[in-house]
Amino acid sequence: MKSQVKQETMALNGDEAVAFAVKQCDVDVVAAYPITPQTIIVEKFSEYVANGEVQTEFVCTESEHSAMTACLAASATGARTFTASASAGLALMHEMLFVTSGSRAPVVMAVANRALSSPLNIHGDHSDSMAERDSGWLHIYVENAQEAYDSIIQAFKIAEDVGVSLPIIVGLDGFTISHTLERVDVLSEDEVKQFIGERQLPMVTTQEGKTVPFKLDPQNPMTMGPNALQNYYFEFKRQQEEGMKIALKKIQEVNSEYAKISGRSYGNGLIDAYQLDDAEIAIVVIGSTAGTLKVIVDQLRKEGIKAGVLRLRTFRPLPVEDLQNALKNVKAIAVMDKSMVPGGFGGAVFSEVRNALYDIKDHPTIVSYIFGLGGRDTSPRDLRKIFDELTHIVKTGHVEKEVHYFGLRE
Amino acid sequence: MSSKEKTWKEVSIAGVCSKSSIGFMTGDWKTYMPVRDLEKCTICLTCVMFCPEGAIKWRPNMGKIEFDFSFCKGCGICANECPTKAITMKLPDEEE
Repeated sequence: MKSQVKQETMALNGDEAVAFAVKQCDVDVVAAYPITPQTIIVEKFSEYVANGEVQTEFVCTESEHSAMTACLAASATGARTFTASASAGLALMHEMLFVTSGSRAPVVMAVANRALSSPLNIHGDHSDSMAERDSGWLHIYVENAQEAYDSIIQAFKIAEDVGVSLPIIVGLDGFTISHTLERVDVLSEDEVKQFIGERQLPMVTTQEGKTVPFKLDPQNPMTMGPNALQNYYFEFKRQQEEGMKIALKKIQEVNSEYAKISGRSYGNGLIDAYQLDDAEIAIVVIGSTAGTLKVIVDQLRKEGIKAGVLRLRTFRPLPVEDLQNALKNVKAIAVMDKSMVPGGFGGAVFSEVRNALYDIKDHPTIVSYIFGLGGRDTSPRDLRKIFDELTHIVKTGHVEKEVHYFGLRE
Repeated sequence: MSSKEKTWKEVSIAGVCSKSSIGFMTGDWKTYMPVRDLEKCTICLTCVMFCPEGAIKWRPNMGKIEFDFSFCKGCGICANECPTKAITMKLPDEEE
């Protein structure tokens, strides 16, 4: 699709691309604490603040727990709010992530995905945000710096949708995306502001029967974060789930609206299917690894091997129907996870994909590949071996083992 | 479960406004209650500032301090902070 507007080409790494997008999104409050490999986002954004390039209130907090608390409070007043974190920092936010989603505060957070201690490791894997899988946040994972820029802009429009009203994590692979300089085409600030617009607020009815916007406002005082015990807690959790369902549609809408102005789209916004139409073997993966896999698929196709890749862009909400439709005719699938579920059966994404495909008649054979933990490099030559293994499964109908530790010295 | 209770489609977003906290009488949580000795009290307003519930009201027109026992949880911070030790925490039946 062709872009309808003039765009500037910049050389940015993933973190800088995120900071630049936030700068254009007219964000009211940023509260953050730096942590590798997210640091550049906060550093770069604080530069914009110091230079007077943005009107944002920038709060340097003493910890990530406080950063998320400040973001929640700011968001509750109706402010557009952003933060960024990774690894131990995200883990420290854990409690407040649930409070934020339960309070229906559409905070946008970039997570430069990094391993969790111990042993100490600063490099890229998905252990940090996968551990926050059930925190009630939307999860989008990007493939490159360009998508990091685009997804942050989209994230505000998705999260702040009145029906959605849920916070969102935009995950970018630590170092592989966060620190790698790439070509990034950027929209003008006016275009971005026009695209996301002002933050819209759900309407609520007060005790006096007045209909007012859902925000902390001395003119219309309201109780936020009340207690709801055995009689009501469950109802509010089910209501959050409805926000997730609405997000499934909203993410697709925003993906196509954004494509109209920028010329860039990422599959249907939920899944990014590559050469899947007639594929017999396929790999499902999240994040930057999909880029490498697409190159290998091109090589395999030249050799006459019907291989494909499905990049799961939206992990929460899980696009079950899209996964089923895209993968129903594939014979063997490998799901690659850059995080571990210790004591579980395969990786987190593997469990989800296998579960989603269970109801398909004659469902494909699905195997799990745990890989790249602690930032371990996975070369194209290595990745090709996974396709070879899938070809072997299709030919013989025999699965040697369901869970593989790929790239591990054994 | 009572049929009067709202369904998940009827409850307000994030539980907001379902009940104003003014209608939630937290005063019935208390065991001890503050009792003020009017002779020792200098009306310095320290207790007014320290009360975490805003349950001690300064009435400037009347030159008086009033305790709102509907919201006083009996935490005793006022008694602890009072510079003239004019406030003591007592069980309700000890009150003179």
